[in-house]
Amino acid sequence: MTLSREEVEHIALLARLDLSEDEITRYQQQLSAILDHIAQLQALDTRHIPITSSVLPPRTRLRGDEPKTGLSREQALDIAPDVENRQFRVPPVME
Amino acid sequence: MADLTAFSVQECITALNQGDVSSVELTSALLDRIAQYENQIHAFITLTPEKALKRAKETDQIRSTLKKSGGETPTLLGLPLAVKDVLCLAGTRATCGSKILENFVPPFNATSVQRLLDEGAVVLGKTNTDEFAMGSSTENSAYGVTHNPWDLTRVPGGSSGGSAAAAAAMFTPAALGTDTGGSVRQPASFCGVTGIKPTYGRVSRYGLIAYGSSLDSVGVLARSAADAEIIFRLMAGFDARDATTLDGSVPDAACSDNPQVKGLRIGVPKEYFIAGIQPAVEAAVRQAISLYQSLGAEIVEISLPHTEYALPVYYLIAPAEASANLARYDGVRYGLRVEDGGMIDMFLQSRGRGFGPEVKRRIMLGTYALSAGYYDAYYGQAQKVRTLIKSDFERAFEQVDAIAAPVAPTTAFKIGGHGDDPLAMYLEDVFTLPANLAGVPGLAFPVGFDGEGLPIGMQLMGRHFDETTLFRLAHAYQSSTNWHLRRPAL
Repeated sequence: MTLSREEVEHIALLARLDLSEDEITRYQQQLSAILDHIAQLQALDTRHIPITSSVLPPRTRLRGDEPKTGLSREQALDIAPDVENRQFRVPPVME
Repeated sequence: MADLTAFSVQECITALNQGDVSSVELTSALLDRIAQYENQIHAFITLTPEKALKRAKETDQIRSTLKKSGGETPTLLGLPLAVKDVLCLAGTRATCGSKILENFVPPFNATSVQRLLDEGAVVLGKTNTDEFAMGSSTENSAYGVTHNPWDLTRVPGGSSGGSAAAAAAMFTPAALGTDTGGSVRQPASFCGVTGIKPTYGRVSRYGLIAYGSSLDSVGVLARSAADAEIIFRLMAGFDARDATTLDGSVPDAACSDNPQVKGLRIGVPKEYFIAGIQPAVEAAVRQAISLYQSLGAEIVEISLPHTEYALPVYYLIAPAEASANLARYDGVRYGLRVEDGGMIDMFLQSRGRGFGPEVKRRIMLGTYALSAGYYDAYYGQAQKVRTLIKSDFERAFEQVDAIAAPVAPTTAFKIGGHGDDPLAMYLEDVFTLPANLAGVPGLAFPVGFDGEGLPIGMQLMGRHFDETTLFRLAHAYQSSTNWHLRRPAL
């Protein structure tokens, strides 16, 4: 299994990772090698095997719908990279 | 006065309760030792001596107040501990070993940490870890590698390498770690300490910065099973803030209440004694199994036939979950922001510069495995094979009460020994991954040393929510042997 350079660039964009040319080359090789190793799973017949997404018994826990105080606005904004008018400031999304 | 830094958790608690030592004395002794040797070991990312001494002083005052009023003393009142830097401690930065969280100061405590603080613990600092707990050597930390106290040219294991090294170097009587694929047990093994990876759902992960959510668990590293058990029991139990924690609380029985191992059945899985395992490791583990036999346990040959698939299954499921969990680091609300252009550029650059190579690699792998057209072939197939691995354990535990196996194929390897070969590094986890995939508890402890003087670890795996049997077995072993009492010379 060999990933193309374009595939690696596509995955990096999906994952929102800005990679250098050198990183793209390295990940192309390394991810291909890892996927080769992983390919052994395809040999197992799992047609009748259910998936395991959690090892715990499936159940839904509900709590009472009671208002509680969480983090204050100040606590959340204190650790923010940029704040304006007591809100998170971000760069423009559209031109 | 006795060397306070050599005190076990139990000895600290007793000495504090009897008034033989104050928390300030104990904390100062450990901080002095850290100051002396930390430049060799680098166990901590953030050391907080002032906060620790202030807290120690408070606990001494609480103790004297309680003495006068006759109130009940919390179990750990004044006990110093270290915390892995992936767990939140309010007011102290939690970096996760990553540049992306270099200045992140959490405003709340992890539940595991909160419960120990409620019991009176004093936190010395935050220990080194592979970035976002992704690694087996602590070499993936953005804050430098931790050195193994037994041989400074070797890794301490990972990802809880800082916690393991700190406990081994007598910087702390115990330290919190986390285990997603072996990150408590493997460093415990490499550093000659005892480490518990609890059952999935036993200890709350609230405030643990998430890596692989169907696998992550919070555990303890200490210098004996009895010590690790004390801390483990105080952290365990239901937490309304973590939906995976179960109602069943912690068993009342402690290992020391019933040290008998007579009649217990220990399974030895043939798939864990494979070609490539270091001969000294196999010999020490087999010798430990023989000791159990002489103590009256029944040894049963068993098979966990899907063991070899644990590695490919883990390296699909964990990166897939990581790619989703780490999507939150976008530079908007906290953490590193690199801003040069629009919103998408901010995401790309904050993440591109903030994450290190291994984290990027796993995010890429996970993103690929979850992407359109590949989901069923990779992630779906891995989840099905996970069922087979889990069934192996269910069948085994119909026959036996615990499973004994090596923790890792080798003892601690050289720093830089795996170069830039991620697959070689992943193979280090081959014996620890199955317990995480099956959600069962695992306990690692030293059972000997190799020719280079490096510790060898054995792990016991148990039924869901049966940590007590593992502690009982390890305690019985440590009551008949002295390996866990050996200390590295610094």
